[in-house]
Amino acid sequence: MLRFIVRRVLQLIPTLVGLSILLFVWLQRLPGGPEYALLPDDATDEQRASLRRSLGLDEPLTVQYLSFLRRIAQGDLGTSIASGRPVLEEFLTRFPATFELAVSAMVIAVAVGLPLGYLAARRRGTVLDFAAVGGSLVGICTPVFFLAFILKVVFAERLGLFPSAFRLSPGLDRTNLSGFAVLDGLRTGEWDVVADALAHLVLPGLALASIPLAVIVRMTRASVLEVLEEDYVRTADAKGLHRNTVRTRHVMRNAMLPVVTAIGLLTGSLFAGAVLTESVFAFPGIGSFIYSATQERDYPVLTGFILIIATVYVFINLLVDISYSLLDPRVRAQ
Amino acid sequence: MSSSTPLLTVDELSVVFHRRGADDVRAVDGVSFTLEEGRVTGLVGESGCGKSVTSLALMGLLPSRGLTVGGSARMRLPEGETDLLALSPRRMRDLRGAQLAMIFQDPLSSLNPVIPIGLQVTEILRRHRGLRGSAARKEAADLLHRVGIPDPTRRLREYPHQLSGGMRQRALIAMAVACRPKLMIADEPTTALDVTIQAQILELLRDLVVEEGTALLMITHDLGVVAGLCDDINVLYAGRAVEAAPRSPLFAEPTHPYTVGLLGSVPRLDAPRGEPLTPVRGSVNDNIAWADGCAFAPRCDHYTMECLRGAPELVHATGEHAHRCVNPVGHAKAADRAVQESPAAVGDEEARG
Repeated sequence: MLRFIVRRVLQLIPTLVGLSILLFVWLQRLPGGPEYALLPDDATDEQRASLRRSLGLDEPLTVQYLSFLRRIAQGDLGTSIASGRPVLEEFLTRFPATFELAVSAMVIAVAVGLPLGYLAARRRGTVLDFAAVGGSLVGICTPVFFLAFILKVVFAERLGLFPSAFRLSPGLDRTNLSGFAVLDGLRTGEWDVVADALAHLVLPGLALASIPLAVIVRMTRASVLEVLEEDYVRTADAKGLHRNTVRTRHVMRNAMLPVVTAIGLLTGSLFAGAVLTESVFAFPGIGSFIYSATQERDYPVLTGFILIIATVYVFINLLVDISYSLLDPRVRAQ
Repeated sequence: MSSSTPLLTVDELSVVFHRRGADDVRAVDGVSFTLEEGRVTGLVGESGCGKSVTSLALMGLLPSRGLTVGGSARMRLPEGETDLLALSPRRMRDLRGAQLAMIFQDPLSSLNPVIPIGLQVTEILRRHRGLRGSAARKEAADLLHRVGIPDPTRRLREYPHQLSGGMRQRALIAMAVACRPKLMIADEPTTALDVTIQAQILELLRDLVVEEGTALLMITHDLGVVAGLCDDINVLYAGRAVEAAPRSPLFAEPTHPYTVGLLGSVPRLDAPRGEPLTPVRGSVNDNIAWADGCAFAPRCDHYTMECLRGAPELVHATGEHAHRCVNPVGHAKAADRAVQESPAAVGDEEARG
C-alpha cells in the first residue's frame, strides 16, 4: 500500500513539470508580450524595455524557464496589477472561503447523490426512479448562474430563509485564525460564527452542488444497477446475510468504484466552477476575484489561478487514486 | 424411495416468468423430486431446461417481481416440516447459509473482488453462528483447511484475484459448509474449472456428503459428473422431468429418447475408432409447449402422432425408474402398459380428437 502511494506521488513529478512548461509558454505568448500585459497602455518604450530586462526576458528561454520555476518554488507568483499586492497573498486570503464553499457543495452532492442514486436503482422503474433521473437531467441542463439566481431570489429575498450574500453577516465578531470561517468557529467555540457561516454557505453550496449532484445520482444509479446483477451479490444473498450487510458491504462498496473517480474530477471542477456562483452571491472567494481579474486583464493573477487550480486538480487525482486503491485491492496489485 | 420422510420433498414446482408484451415463459413446469440426507441427487439437462431456475427457486433467490412460483418444497427443519416456497423473505434469509447453502458455477465472479476471503467466510459465521473476532477467524481458517486450502491463515488475508480457480471454488464450498447446512445445492460447480481440478472438487463434495450426511442437489449438464457423483438422477427437459431413476438403471437402461440422446452425445474413450457421436439434433429452442404434447417431440427420433396427443405423464415403468414418454426406448411393453393405465393421456386424446 505504502509502495503504491510513493509510486503514485513520484508519478506526479512529470505531470507538474509538464504543467509548468504549459504555463510558461502561456506567459510567453501573452498578447503583445508581458511588457504590454503588465504595463498600462500609455507606458513608454523605455519603460517596456526596462521591464523586459528586469523580468529577464532578454535572456535565453531555458534560463527564463528555470528562474520561473525558482520563483514558483519560492511562492512568488508576481504582483497583482489591480491591487499591487503579491498574487499569492491575494489568493491565500480568499482561498479558504472558496475551499469551504466547494467542500459544502461536495458534501451536499455526495450526501444526497449516493443514497438517491442507490434508491433509484433499487426501485428501478418507479416514480422515485423517474424523478431522480429526470431531476438530475434538469440539474445538468440548468446553467449554474441561473440556478444561483433563482435560489437567491426565492429562498433569500422572498422567503428570507437564508442570507443572500457575503460569507458572514456584517459586524459579526469573530477570531480569525486561519481564514476558514467554519473551522475557526469550531476551534474557538464561537458557535454563532459557525451557524452564521454555515447559513451563508447553504444557497451558494446548493447552486454549486447541482451539477455534481446530478452526475453522482446518475453514475451511482447506473453503477448500482450493474453491481446488483453481479454473481457475488447473489452469493451474499445465498449466505443469508442481512439486507443491510449485502447493501453496504457487497453492493455499495463495489458500486462506489466508478463514482469515486467522478467525485474526484467533479471536486476539481468545483474550484473553477465557483467563479459564477460566487459572483451571484457576492461571496468573497477566489471565484469573484478571478471574475474581476478577467475583466481587468490582471495576467499575474490569472496565471496564479491557473497554477493553483491545476495543482489542486493534480492532488485531487492523487487522492482519488489512493482512495481507489483502498477500495479495490486489484488496483494495488498492478 | 426410502421409507423415512425425505429431507426435502419438491412437489409440482413451477416457475413462470411474465414478460411485458410477450407470452409467459414456463421455465419450470411441474418438477417433483425428493432429496435425502447423505445422498446426491442430480438435475441434468441442457442449458435452458430449467435446472438453475429450480435451484434458485428453492433458495428463494429468484427476483421478487415478474414471476410466479407454484407448487411446494417441504423441508424437514428443527421446528418441523416447512414449505420453503411459502416462507417470508426474512425467514428465508435466516435459513439460507444456515440450513440450506448453495455453490455457484463461476467461482471468480461469485466472490466479492474487493473483500478479503477471510471476511467473506467470517461474515456467514457471524450471521448464523454468532462467531466474532479471533474465534471467527480461527473457525474460518479451520474451514479453509477442511476444504483443502493450504496455508489457510495467509489465504484469509488474500483477495479472490490472488487465488487460483480451484482454490476459489474451495473457498466458496467452505462458505457453503460453514454452518453445516442439511441441504446443499451445487449449480454446475465444476464447469469453470480445469479437468484435474474438477475431479478434486467432486471428490471434496462427495466426502462432505458422506461425512456430514448433507443432502446434495447437483445441477449439471455433464453426464460424467453425474456418473461419478450422483445417487439419483432427474433428467429435465423444457421445465419438466422426463426421466428419473437411480444412477445404475439410468445409465444401464435409459428409457427416454432424450436421455438416450444425451448419453449418445458423450465422447467415449472405449468407443470403436471412427464411430461418430450421435448428438441430439436441433436445440432446446425447437421444443413445443407441453400443453400441445411432448415438448421433445420435434427433436425426437422415436416420435409418432401419439406424442402430440396431450402431454405424457411421468410413469413408473419399473420400481424407482420413471419416464415421461409414450414411445420409450427398449421397454416397449412396460411403456405400453403405463400409457394405458394413465387416465390423463386418454383424456387428452379425447379432448384433441
